[in-house]
Amino acid sequence: MKVVVCVKQIPDPADPGALDPETRTLKRDVKLILDESDSYGVEMALQLVDAAGEGEVTLVSMAPNGERSGLATALAMGAASATLISDPALVGSDALTTAKLLAAAIKDQSPDLVIAGSESSDGYTGTVPEQIAALLDVPSVTAAKSIEVDGSSLTVQRQTDAGYDTVECPMPAVVSVTAGVVEPRYPSFKGIMAAKSKPVDEKTADGLGFSADQVGWAGAGQEIVDVAEAPAREAGEVIEDDGEAYLKIVSFLEEMKVI
Amino acid sequence: MTLDTIWVYAEAADDEVSSTTLELLTKARELADDVACVFAGDGDDVAEKLGEYGAETVYAVDVDDALVGPPVAAAIAAAIEAGDGPDAIFLPTTYDGRDVAARLSVKIDAPVITNCTDVELDDDAVVGTEPIFGGSTMVKTKLTADGPAIVLIRPKSFAPESADGGEADVEEWDTPDLGSSAGATVTDRFVEESDGPKLDEAAVVVAGGRGLGEAEKFSLVDDLAKKLKGAAGASRAIVDAGWVPYSQQVGQTGKVVKPDLYIAAGISGATQHLVGMKGSKTIIAINKDPEAPIFGIADLGIVGDVHKVMPALLEALEGR
Ligand SMILES: Cc1cc2nc3c(=O)[nH]c(=O)nc-3n(C[C@H](O)[C@H](O)[C@H](O)COP(=O)(O)OP(=O)(O)OC[C@H]3O[C@@H](n4cnc5c(N)ncnc54)[C@H](O)[C@@H]3O)c2cc1C
Ligand SMILES: Nc1ncnc2c1ncn2[C@@H]1O[C@H](COP(=O)(O)O)[C@@H](O)[C@H]1O
Repeated sequence: MKVVVCVKQIPDPADPGALDPETRTLKRDVKLILDESDSYGVEMALQLVDAAGEGEVTLVSMAPNGERSGLATALAMGAASATLISDPALVGSDALTTAKLLAAAIKDQSPDLVIAGSESSDGYTGTVPEQIAALLDVPSVTAAKSIEVDGSSLTVQRQTDAGYDTVECPMPAVVSVTAGVVEPRYPSFKGIMAAKSKPVDEKTADGLGFSADQVGWAGAGQEIVDVAEAPAREAGEVIEDDGEAYLKIVSFLEEMKVI
Repeated sequence: MTLDTIWVYAEAADDEVSSTTLELLTKARELADDVACVFAGDGDDVAEKLGEYGAETVYAVDVDDALVGPPVAAAIAAAIEAGDGPDAIFLPTTYDGRDVAARLSVKIDAPVITNCTDVELDDDAVVGTEPIFGGSTMVKTKLTADGPAIVLIRPKSFAPESADGGEADVEEWDTPDLGSSAGATVTDRFVEESDGPKLDEAAVVVAGGRGLGEAEKFSLVDDLAKKLKGAAGASRAIVDAGWVPYSQQVGQTGKVVKPDLYIAAGISGATQHLVGMKGSKTIIAINKDPEAPIFGIADLGIVGDVHKVMPALLEALEGR
């Protein structure tokens, strides 16, 4: 069983970053880490290959500046190798362009299953995985809570507004995984050492058959026209509980006629 | 300046049209002369409601038990191909809405603007507003590509208003042949039991977070919600921990709520939580950390222990 996991490398969300006033994109000059949203996909893929008793997990990531530290984390968790699509021309690429490049890199590997995150932590368009599926012309299940493999088909629990649906899906397929559904393993020391010698194949936009005007800002079909502070919501009164603060809530509720 | 035509991807559960669909229809009416809906299912079940909110036509696609992304996108793309396409397509930010938008964008090779909380026109170009950094910054994106604008809009972005329209015409679309994209099929649906008002419609929402300490203590939240005839919500931290089901999650990846009153108990106020509840009319927060970001948007903040404040409050409300 061959599983490709899409992993995005993003600025550390603990250090929220800023929009570059010149380019109006998120500043990416900081060190990138593995998006937590994708750590679940990596874990899920490793578990599926384990359960199948054969196969391999490989990674694909697109990042403009040759960044590898997020990939290193996923390789240390147990993925066998990675493809890194990296090219200065990719800065400003939108979700559709991102999906096109990822799909082109994935196609070369003819996997049984492609796993992605339901939505990335920094972009959260939530459209890239389904776009990849459309480009590969395969079925897909988004928002998966769990995946079971049975021969050449999948049984997926798909999160819904009200609960979940059970979905049957033939392979090859793309599945996007929601956060928090498995416990991503911590890379062991052995894993971290082994990751250093795992192959990372670097590809450019050109190498995947895309010209400069098809990617980056030029290919995005959209432009950011305004960035503004939202009107701040005024903070109200903050009081220290002295044992009687609940009375304050009661009078608030009375005032609002909730009680 | 208005557009000629906008289509809205309509959603319904148990034949009841979602409130987000009605919100999108209301906005579409403001921006276009003609408004129609695309619906996966039996159009006759929803034609009256969609018509009332301004849709003249419902284009219905029979998808049976298939996931909606591939068949609905292919049907829309076929209509566009035939020259009957709209200037813009509005879809709700739901898992299905995103699937349809994403598949369609590949089919017609056009970008999607996502997570919009507002849409406006600049001449005849569509401009979407997206909140980032927890809603503290608003980014406006203008679509410059050819082809219909595909716009994903977050729930609760507009107030739904009836247009007092008559029943919409129903036009059946052929179910397209999906080739190798076909095959994802729903075989079973599981619905979480819940009593009381729906989370995204309740006038009062009481939400709990990791500060509750343990799963059993969520009963404090449940009890207060019941007392105030509201719904109980949660932060993702305790959904991920398995204390409460995902259907109760409030925030960027959960539900957007806009109640008259939102009470946050033991919730820090991470940006991804705030985007789901910032629009509440009044916010009360209980948190033991005076530096918790939730206090920055609360009308009333109590710096205290939920295990003391909540039981005292429940007791005071006893019998009222
Ligand atoms: C892509 C992405 C999407 C996300 N989507 C969502 C989303 O939809 N919804 C969401 O909620 N989060 C979401 N998150 C997670 C979010 O970043 C936070 O991790 C989460 O909201 C934290 O939940 P919490 O406030 O319950 O926990 P914590 O941040 O751990 O806060 C617990 C709070 O409880 C307080 N506390 C502790 N003990 C007590 C006590 N005895 N009495 C009173 N207060 C106490 C603490 O001071 C603290 O402020 C998302 C994150 C990512 C990366
Ligand atoms: N640049 C990227 N490199 C690799 N995977 C990506 C990239 N962008 C998005 N993805 C995948 O698509 C998922 C959803 O991302 P998004 O559509 O941005 O919300 C992510 O969790 C990743 O699995």
